[in-house]
Amino acid sequence: MTEPVSVRTAVRVASEPLVAVEELRVSFPSAGVEAVRGVSLSVAPGECVAVVGESGSGKSVTARSLLGLAGPGAAVRASRFTMAGRDARGFGPRDWRRIRGRFAGLVLQDALVSLDPLRTVGDEIAEVLAVHDVVPRPGRTARVVELLASVGIPDPEIRAGQYPHELSGGLRQRALIASAVAADPELIIADEPTTALDVTVQAQVLRLLADRRAAGTAVLLISHDLAVVASLADRVLVMKDGLVVEEGPTERVLSSPGHEYTRSLLAAVPSASSRGTRLSAPAVPLPERAAGHAPEVLAATDLSLSYGSRRAVDGVSFTLHRGETLGVVGESGSGKTTLARLALGLLDPGSGEVRLHGQLWSGVRERRRRPRRPAIQLISQNPLESFDPRHTVGRLVAEPLRGLPRRERRARALELLERVGLAPGLAARHPRELSGGQRQRVAIARALGPRPDVLVCDEPVSALDVSIQAQVLDLLAEIQAEDGTALLFVSHDLGVVHHISDRVLVMKDGRVVEEGDVDDVFFLPRHPYTRDLVAAVPHLPT
Amino acid sequence: MTTAAVAAAVTRRPYRPRPGAVLAGLFLTLLAVAVVAPGLVTGVDPLAADPLRALAPPGPEHWLGTDHLGRDVLARIVYGARHSLSIGVLATGLAVTAGVLLGLAAGLSHRWVDEALARSFDVLSTFPELLLALLVIAITGPGTGNVILAIGIAQIPNYARVIRAQTFVVRRAGYVEQAVTSGLPRAAITARHVLPNVLGPIPVLATIGLGQGVIAASGLSFLGMGPQPPAAEWGAMLSEARNYLRVAWWVALFPGMAITLTVVCLTVIGRRLQRRFEGRTP
Repeated sequence: MTEPVSVRTAVRVASEPLVAVEELRVSFPSAGVEAVRGVSLSVAPGECVAVVGESGSGKSVTARSLLGLAGPGAAVRASRFTMAGRDARGFGPRDWRRIRGRFAGLVLQDALVSLDPLRTVGDEIAEVLAVHDVVPRPGRTARVVELLASVGIPDPEIRAGQYPHELSGGLRQRALIASAVAADPELIIADEPTTALDVTVQAQVLRLLADRRAAGTAVLLISHDLAVVASLADRVLVMKDGLVVEEGPTERVLSSPGHEYTRSLLAAVPSASSRGTRLSAPAVPLPERAAGHAPEVLAATDLSLSYGSRRAVDGVSFTLHRGETLGVVGESGSGKTTLARLALGLLDPGSGEVRLHGQLWSGVRERRRRPRRPAIQLISQNPLESFDPRHTVGRLVAEPLRGLPRRERRARALELLERVGLAPGLAARHPRELSGGQRQRVAIARALGPRPDVLVCDEPVSALDVSIQAQVLDLLAEIQAEDGTALLFVSHDLGVVHHISDRVLVMKDGRVVEEGDVDDVFFLPRHPYTRDLVAAVPHLPT
Repeated sequence: MTTAAVAAAVTRRPYRPRPGAVLAGLFLTLLAVAVVAPGLVTGVDPLAADPLRALAPPGPEHWLGTDHLGRDVLARIVYGARHSLSIGVLATGLAVTAGVLLGLAAGLSHRWVDEALARSFDVLSTFPELLLALLVIAITGPGTGNVILAIGIAQIPNYARVIRAQTFVVRRAGYVEQAVTSGLPRAAITARHVLPNVLGPIPVLATIGLGQGVIAASGLSFLGMGPQPPAAEWGAMLSEARNYLRVAWWVALFPGMAITLTVVCLTVIGRRLQRRFEGRTP
């Protein structure tokens, strides 16, 4: 921090890539893992390069290595590694500190974690200005406000004095971007910048990054979401198992992918066009469902529930027929999870009623409800949380099979595991030893045990990679076709809901703002909020 | 000890025994032997009085000297371990059992029941442990059984509060909710899912609590509330020795050291367990 950094001029003169690595290898010797196995990548001034891949592909480690943040115990090697026109292989902590923030700003996924909870947003940003000495002290407050305004934060003067927890997720993410760009870096490295955000907020953040790019800042975007990448990037690198399997201009890669993995990734994305076909094996139709007049299994009338003065669910009615899938979409806080819990009889509504098989289901004593519970089962977003940590897979799946002799329970549990595509050998394992996809299969097997008529799925695939998500959605569709189970499918992902649902409810602030056939609602939205939602979804080129 | 603790917390290596923990473990093993079969540790009768050799200093014949009645101090300490430790263990067992049940009841009950129980834990824990134990003795009268009861009651809030807090977390856990949707009866959910998952911190707490129990037991015996003479009990030994402190330091020092070492070793092991299991599901 002694001399002003002259990296910027060096780059301008040379007009070479801002950052370039060749044969980047990152390994964690203590864990015996080589996360990145020879990745070459460069970002030119003003360019937007995207790295996409599923979890464990090494995309985040790659991005962090570019800022010298691969973590303690990481061995980073490269045959070439230039940063701001200098060889970064010999960089010490001091050199890296000069690069970070000043030359390259980092935006991470979770702004609540990335911002110091004990400092105001304004202080956080002012610190970047102070450390890199870009703005002298008297002008800093004004500059902070200016920066907050530039990332589209309303009332920047007020917001600068607030703490991260006082801001909404979208505002926090924008504040984080403001601090990343505070020192006016040449390059922004954004690691899953929109993953935790609602779709409309995601659209705002993407627009913000696009604005930055238009202003001449280069962006390196890391994402698992191909559609997010499509809207922003000039070039895409597709990573798998620490290697780049495909690279090229975004349009080309997404519309005519050359590598099989890219093709399977693209095919696995659920959307309106994938309805009725398998996601995990493209162009294979799903089994037909019995159509026609199906009896009503679950009905809710005018449900309302308030927490204090806040109405979590406000006058919601719906019906669900045998073999049907009813999607519930909405952003965080829209009341969709509360609705799911009301349907399950885990909460009782303040007013209104739920009927299961025509009989009153809400507001009855738990003792009366218990014998009927097998008819309606839950599949939740985070299966690991829904498993008793001490139990094995076999025990978890067998638990709801009450009333059967021990041996039959065991046999039935193995049968259920087989049905969801899990090897019987997994029965003796603990869920934490399984992958995310396997865990969700275990949760599905457990839910199928009591032969339910209704499955309430609360964001069942949100935590999964797109290829695993595809397998789980296919599995749900198969089960539905075979058993005629009705699904109440809650999700924030419009693509997923469009793929799997017959009808859909759109929720906002506890109310249903629009409902109907899924194609009608998503193709011809009538309510302005639905229109906003649909418009905010990033699309793959078709 | 402190630096070792900090270093261990920071580095988090795979298990490697530390000298302190090993020594503590050895001492406690020896103590366990003394409790189960004191004859293996010393061949001397702790009650054999020999007035001619009263207050003999430590020497080759009596390693730790003799007391005012000429009884071997070492033998009395070895045999006394049974009294002191069994009071500690039984009192801790009582406190853990009652504490877990009450904590669980509070955590699962309706709000006003919970409030009533929680406030009573608070009231109990405002009394110093020993004072509360004395209060119980004042009602029940002295004696080994009553000392166990007194110390046990005094320690209940330590466990009940932790279990209550754990229960609040576990009863809202996804797997409990899942058990409800599976149609499991309340008792089955409590026994199978709630209880086992709230017990995590208990082994650690109980190890440390055991040390406190031993101190309390000795303290009450010192005051003459515990096992009655001529039974060898560390606190009672201290009490008898206090009249001879000037002429025979060994009569008081060695029982005192036995108490101190026991408590220190239990605490070392307890902290060690705590560090190993902190933040992990059992």
